[in-house]
Amino acid sequence: MATRDRLTEEVAGLDALDLPKAPRVRRAVRLWAGFWPKIAALALALGLWQAVVWSGWKPTYVLPHPWTVLSELGRRVGDGTLMTAAGITLRRALVGYTLAVLVGTAIGSLVSRVKLLRVATGSLITGLQTMPSIAWFPLAILIFKLSESAILFVIILGAAPAIANGLITGADHIPPLLLRAGRVLGARRLALYRYVILPASLPGFVAGMKQGWSFAWRSLMAGELLVIIARKQSIGVQLQVARDLADAPGLMATMLLILIIGIAVDSLFFGTLDRAIRRRWGLMDPATS
Amino acid sequence: MTATLSHGPAAHTKAAEAAVRVDAVSKIFGHGPEAVQALDRLTLQVDRGEFVCLVGASGCGKSTLLHMLAGLDSPTAGSIAVEGRTGLMFQEAALFPWLTVAGNVALALRLRGVGRAERRPLVTSLLEMVHLEGFASRRPHELSGGMRQRVALARALAQNADVMLMDEPFGSLDAMTRDLLHAELERLWTERRFTVLFVTHNVREAVRLADRVLVLTSRPGRLSASFRVDIPRPRRIETPAVSALAGEITEQLSVEVRRHGHA
Ligand SMILES: Nc1ncnc2c1ncn2[C@@H]1O[C@H](COP(=O)(O)OP(=O)(O)OP(=O)(O)O)[C@@H](O)[C@H]1O
Ligand SMILES: [Mg+2]
Repeated sequence: MATRDRLTEEVAGLDALDLPKAPRVRRAVRLWAGFWPKIAALALALGLWQAVVWSGWKPTYVLPHPWTVLSELGRRVGDGTLMTAAGITLRRALVGYTLAVLVGTAIGSLVSRVKLLRVATGSLITGLQTMPSIAWFPLAILIFKLSESAILFVIILGAAPAIANGLITGADHIPPLLLRAGRVLGARRLALYRYVILPASLPGFVAGMKQGWSFAWRSLMAGELLVIIARKQSIGVQLQVARDLADAPGLMATMLLILIIGIAVDSLFFGTLDRAIRRRWGLMDPATS
Repeated sequence: MTATLSHGPAAHTKAAEAAVRVDAVSKIFGHGPEAVQALDRLTLQVDRGEFVCLVGASGCGKSTLLHMLAGLDSPTAGSIAVEGRTGLMFQEAALFPWLTVAGNVALALRLRGVGRAERRPLVTSLLEMVHLEGFASRRPHELSGGMRQRVALARALAQNADVMLMDEPFGSLDAMTRDLLHAELERLWTERRFTVLFVTHNVREAVRLADRVLVLTSRPGRLSASFRVDIPRPRRIETPAVSALAGEITEQLSVEVRRHGHA
């Protein structure tokens, strides 16, 4: 037994040599390293904007100073108008996107499982994805009148194909070796799907969800401009009103808010999710993560 | 597995004892001018509880044979019969990247119906067997190639198969770890008496482990020679007896390779 223990120790020693010692960078340093380029880019953009204003290309009541717009944004957020608007819009986004995820996942898993469906609908789904969502609105308005449903309908049509496609490509790109490994371990049909295919297509699925979000957000903005519903002061309505009143600072402040929400959801939520998955799976170069 | 059944030259008398029977199996990949013949009327038999090692030049169809025995592929001609459940350890580790080391081993247990409560101690003992108990919560990409291979071994052993098909399982291990795992595998095999078909390029390893060493011809693979290993167990890889037989087998292998060179 003593020799076994000694051997075990030796093997452990060899294994320790095998493992790279990752230098633990302090969290704050890491966060800052990811943060400052973004700040710099933002400053650059504001600087360019200011430069264009100073050039006198357009009068300031059409193209206001960045500072005017930012303080207008602060004022509108402060007095709650933009917050209520964002609330209405985000609620629509949440409902529409959730429905899109359900529909997209159902279609995606069905199509990736059934070969016949693959052949029949594969290119149709990709085609739907490239269709500009605004082209759906006339039909949506015909069917649903000027209502929430018309907006939700277009969000789903915009986002679901991307989500389904993510799942399908995710399942397509599973290394055959892993499928064989699953089969050798005795996973058939449903078990194979649950323990191998589903987890293996997760990175593709998350990528599809991320893309689906950007489609949903765009469709929603188009929808709120086209489908104006009385007494619903959504972000889209704010945009429309600002344009009608030729209120350039208000218009641009609202646009900034749209941009901020889009980026926040994309990078805070999907970015974090995507990175977490890729790190767990070892799909990320450790030198750059 | 339907194919023409031709009778091989060697009529096996102990048919009931056979755990693996490969009868005049040919395998051709692809069609037309690009077709590759991997195996050509290969006939072999592995008895129940026997440890057989398979050696042969690269590309002679060893992996192909194991895949067919595991039911992942079917022969172009000939027939295959395996008694009991098969377990396969791939030439690559083939671990699931989304599971930890322990998770990979546990999945094998789960898929063969081991209950949750029993899984945990089994996983621990399997990982101890391959000396990776300290790495249970790591992910495959955090391990070295040799460590991954050991996890794959633990996962294959977790299947508790009647017939273990192992494709160069110790190919990327250092000599010391490999000797250790030879002993572990031999101990387990002595205890449980499963059947092993073990592919390797290391002839000494084959002699160290096997009851019988089969030499395949170069592509397309056919049976070229069979060596019975009568050295008493437990064996050690560095003993003269092992070296002597390994020399003989290597000689046979190089005859094969040279023959291929002339063709
Ligand atoms: N899926 C496939 N499609 C086409 N050809 C294949 C396929 N799989 C294997 N082959 C061919 O069959 C032959 C045998 O391959 P195989 O992997 O069984 O060799 P091997 O004996 O395991 O070699 P090695 O010792 O290098 O692992 C090779 O020439 C290979 O190119
Ligand atoms: Mg091989």
